[in-house]
Amino acid sequence: MSTATVAPAALEMPADTYLNSSFGIKSWFLTKDHKRIALMYLVSISLFFLFGGTMAVLMRLELLTPAGDLFQSDTYNKLFTMHGIVMVFFFLVPSIPATLGNFVLPMMIGARDLAFPKINLASWYIFMIGACFTFSAIISGGVDTGWTFYTPLSTQYLNTHVIAAALGIMIAGFASIFTGLNFIVTTHRMRAPGMTWFRLPLFVWSQYAVSIVMVLATPVLAITLILVALERGFHIGIFNPQLGGDPVLFQHMFWFYSHPAVYIMILPGFGVISEVIPCFSRKRIFGYSAVAFSSMAIGVFGFLVWAHHMFVAGISTYSALVFSLLTFIIAIPSAIKVFNWTATMYKGSIHFDTPMLYAIAFIGLFTIGGLTGLFLAALGVDVHVTATYFVVAHFHYVMVGGMLVAYLSGLHFWWPKITGRMYPEPPAKLSALITFIGFNLTFFPQFVLGYMGMPRRYHVYPPEFQVLNVLSTAGASVLAVGLLMPMFYMLWSLKYGEIAGNNPYRATGLEWQTTSPPPTHNFHETPIVTRDAYDYESLTEEVEVVG
Amino acid sequence: MLPRYFPLFPESASTLSTRVDLLYFFILAVTIFFTTLVALLICVFAVKYRKDKHPVPVQIHGSIPLEIFWTLVPLGIAMIIFAWGAVLFFQERRPPKSAMTIYGVGKQWMWKFEHPGGQREINNLHVPVGYPVRMTLISQDVIHDFFVPVFRTQMDVLPGRYTQVWFQATKPGTYHLFCNQYCGTNHSQMVGEVTAMPYDDYQQWLRGSGAFGSLATEGQKVFASMGCPTCHTGADNARGPNLYNLYGHLARLSDGSAVSVDEAYIRESVLNPSAKIVYGFQNIMPTFQGQLNEDEMIQLIEYIKSLTYNGQLLQLQTNTQQEPPVNLDKIQKGIDVTKPGTNTIQMPRTSAVPPAEPAVEPNPTEPAPRGAVVPGRKNAPAKPNAAGKGAAPQGEQQ
Repeated sequence: MSTATVAPAALEMPADTYLNSSFGIKSWFLTKDHKRIALMYLVSISLFFLFGGTMAVLMRLELLTPAGDLFQSDTYNKLFTMHGIVMVFFFLVPSIPATLGNFVLPMMIGARDLAFPKINLASWYIFMIGACFTFSAIISGGVDTGWTFYTPLSTQYLNTHVIAAALGIMIAGFASIFTGLNFIVTTHRMRAPGMTWFRLPLFVWSQYAVSIVMVLATPVLAITLILVALERGFHIGIFNPQLGGDPVLFQHMFWFYSHPAVYIMILPGFGVISEVIPCFSRKRIFGYSAVAFSSMAIGVFGFLVWAHHMFVAGISTYSALVFSLLTFIIAIPSAIKVFNWTATMYKGSIHFDTPMLYAIAFIGLFTIGGLTGLFLAALGVDVHVTATYFVVAHFHYVMVGGMLVAYLSGLHFWWPKITGRMYPEPPAKLSALITFIGFNLTFFPQFVLGYMGMPRRYHVYPPEFQVLNVLSTAGASVLAVGLLMPMFYMLWSLKYGEIAGNNPYRATGLEWQTTSPPPTHNFHETPIVTRDAYDYESLTEEVEVVG
Repeated sequence: MLPRYFPLFPESASTLSTRVDLLYFFILAVTIFFTTLVALLICVFAVKYRKDKHPVPVQIHGSIPLEIFWTLVPLGIAMIIFAWGAVLFFQERRPPKSAMTIYGVGKQWMWKFEHPGGQREINNLHVPVGYPVRMTLISQDVIHDFFVPVFRTQMDVLPGRYTQVWFQATKPGTYHLFCNQYCGTNHSQMVGEVTAMPYDDYQQWLRGSGAFGSLATEGQKVFASMGCPTCHTGADNARGPNLYNLYGHLARLSDGSAVSVDEAYIRESVLNPSAKIVYGFQNIMPTFQGQLNEDEMIQLIEYIKSLTYNGQLLQLQTNTQQEPPVNLDKIQKGIDVTKPGTNTIQMPRTSAVPPAEPAVEPNPTEPAPRGAVVPGRKNAPAKPNAAGKGAAPQGEQQ
């Protein structure tokens, strides 16, 4: 829609882009261009997402009936394990940082590339090597530890390929460390003249916060998984009480990474939403510094709440008290963000392009996801709902309703910049609507199931839970349609999409000042920044003058 | 009946469940309020400020008072929920002193329950309505979780370490018991039933379920077969500490600290004796790691719990819960419990059924640490063990 109004004259694709600067397999696999690496990541994680999604669909099919009639228990256990491992470590963690972040972050700050292009390429190779390990475990029979690898189950009692899967995750972890390192240095050292810290787009702030978390937390996961492998392979007693270890120690170490990891997953989503909402409201973000600082606060406090996953795991009552308090405190920065995004729409001029539809869906779903976290943070209620479907629903409201929806919003938003062509609006809007409906139908019944007491990871369940499970499975099939549609129309748009032009949405931000797709070195001239981020005021003036 | 086939809310069957539900509904109200607020604002803005209606946006940078407002209000609400949840948590985690004890052992993929009277059950747990029950839980293999949704409580069941959970059923019925920590292949089949029954029925059930002998009497056999009486003679010059009236009190350790003698401590002392050395004793006890299974360990613990001042086995009693450690404050007040007179054990000579060597009166002239047991109060023997609310319902035992 906006394209039609902004671009009355026929647009042409730019002659010199990162896509046509060189050709051949080597030009991709040995590239040091952050944009090409981002695309390689995009293709990889899209495949992993398809795989993880297929696992989810199979699980939902099994749960149509209370009896275990579609798969054997072992198979079902492998399904939810592989769904969790692939979605968390091979889709959610790298999704926005390694694809959208990799692509637009250097352009947003006016840089030619990331600070360490070779490390960026190495990160993709490391990620794929990790994926090879994990998928070799999956292909050679699967893993059934659950994505949490709880000991001593994982170190002694299971006969599946735990070590290969764990090593794969450990190796892939280094990919996120490399990405994080690159982003931190790039943000510090490579900003264009005039791009002060408080002129940074909020997407950069959120990537910066997430990079710090990645660099600091991921090594702990690596250590933990190595210890699991040592205990499993060499019977060195660390977690298994029969060998003198402590099983709860594993949970502390695992969640010390994996709780910050959920912020690794959601913070970049916050960044995308902070870009999209001002753009389609034609308005400055409300409370720029509040949003920026709340990202940093989440990054810091995210390290201090890990044991809220363990309130019934045998930790002391008083330490549970402290972790509960800190968990309530970390809820506040997220609330601040939601209020600021909502306030940004106030007195704007709202355009309902697909990225904005996803962003609005994000605010609603993330609000529910965040608020249901209060039930789990409240000790007295957590004792009842922890590890039930309530947790599954809460987690998916944040990770799918929040993170995945933000990712789709961002993907549509920057698609014209990445490919030079627009996605087709009507099917995109339809898919956003289907995704929203399907998502709620899938996961809302799970809140009810959880409070009723249905435990997660149950292959067989009591019959009174069936109706809600049928609803959830029905929703999953709707959701699957909504999520598959973009794959088709976006591939279609690569060839047939309208040519986008440099700035189809009339957005602020340096990435929109260069051509779409950008040249290999992003800018023909180094941009000089004289304005704040989201300076839509001056932009509308310019348009008025020009038009 | 719609609710029967399509229930949307779990039954409430314990004293805690209504309290949990109350907080749940409070948070639910908060959730609904804020979700509606945000959704409403977005819808209103989306309609009112859509580009056709409102083509020229009004640039607003932000508002510090508003930021403060929407930081402090959610923070205040969060703190209310935190405090409420914390208070509830303490109620959930601290069993009443009068609670009766039932042991639960989890293993892949079944639940075993043992009542102090020796009654054993598999995947089925009988409890009386109206009396607090404390479950002492342990796993033989991986981590499990004891979860009874209608009681609104759960606790992980760990290998190598006791955990506990308590509840007081409020209405008779048969309820789901789930394992709620993924434990391998048949995790979802590690389910059982909790049968809450009126007290009289429960008593009848206890009598009718053919126990071979109480846990304590079985434990006495384990105690003898493992050779424990060789050192734990109960005599003053014995190589091992006296075990009489140990449970529920404080034991003084060689490093000067004190430890509350509970099930976890007894277990550790058997399996890893050198972890905590009782004051005045040598580190000479061998480990019994691998020689006792969890059932025998429970029996042994029940036996040691049953050793009281008058030496009588409280066999066939469902409730062997003893007085809580009451002289913690004595140590905190700085009273040197090792001094003669402060730590002497008033061991009566009237031990009716001495399991090992009969208890011997400690020599008052000798420094007391040999006993290494700090009595709850000096005239404790006068207080019968079965006193207290929880013991009252035991009524006549066989």
